[in-house]
Amino acid sequence: MHRFANPTRFLKIAAFVQPWMAGLTVLLFAVGLYMSFFTAPPDYQQGESVRIMYVHVPAAWMGMFCYAAMALASAVALIWKHPLADVAAKATAPVGAAFTFLSLATGSLWGKPMWGTWWVWDARLTSMLILFFLYIGYMALQGAFDDRARGAKASAVLALVGAVNLPIIKFSVDWWNTLHQPASVIKMGGPSIHPDMLWPLLVMAVAFKTYYVWVLLVRIRQELTANKVRILRLKQIHGG
Amino acid sequence: MAEFFSMGGYGAYIWPSYAMTAIILAALLVASIRELKSTEAMFERLKAQIAPNKNNNNNNNKETPDGDEA
Repeated sequence: MHRFANPTRFLKIAAFVQPWMAGLTVLLFAVGLYMSFFTAPPDYQQGESVRIMYVHVPAAWMGMFCYAAMALASAVALIWKHPLADVAAKATAPVGAAFTFLSLATGSLWGKPMWGTWWVWDARLTSMLILFFLYIGYMALQGAFDDRARGAKASAVLALVGAVNLPIIKFSVDWWNTLHQPASVIKMGGPSIHPDMLWPLLVMAVAFKTYYVWVLLVRIRQELTANKVRILRLKQIHGG
Repeated sequence: MAEFFSMGGYGAYIWPSYAMTAIILAALLVASIRELKSTEAMFERLKAQIAPNKNNNNNNNKETPDGDEA
């Protein structure tokens, strides 16, 4: 694993992998969108509105996945002081925030016709909103220090502390009474959702994931290049 | 066609969901790529500024600044 964590080697691998991720993302979104609108049936209770699920659920999954990735990278950065881990955590934050925002917004658009309200302060929705604020706080904290290393450290600690929110989100539908429906895909005994709906959902979920990897690679490359720019600037000042 | 867009009366909720997802994901991607390109351009500029100073000391050889990783 350490071999891939060398920034120079990483840049080479990233430049190679990135076009593949781009192609895969476009392809999966094309297939996923086609399935979401044409092969997936309307729900027997929710009618056509169930199609919102194919963006809402992948967005929510990725909002949580990105946070887990960010917390893990932050832990690696704090413990082993790995240069690439900090960069990966920092590059993940805006993508995770975007996914979390989308899950809240599309959930609201789904809730209005199904529950009769845009928003309720129940456990699932509230814990998801907290996840969004954690991303915002992480990004704000990063830029709040003159010393970049201190900003990175403080935000890494925040990312780790905020990780307690992840199991709360996951189990919120079991622990509290909520309008939100319980899990129907990732649960004991396998998915309870019909394959005609499960497949479009899974394709869209993978499309969201490859999109994340694509943007992550771009953002990590940007961060590493920005680091090199800073080094050159220092050289310019000190070396004349 | 109109039937497809009305989505059984839920079109007003379904289309904004997909449109918003498309717009936000595309905007984040484009912004990230642009930022990468401009940072890379800045890096090349700085490298070119620093490299000629070195080359002048070396008997004015005409080596291009590229390929010399500082």
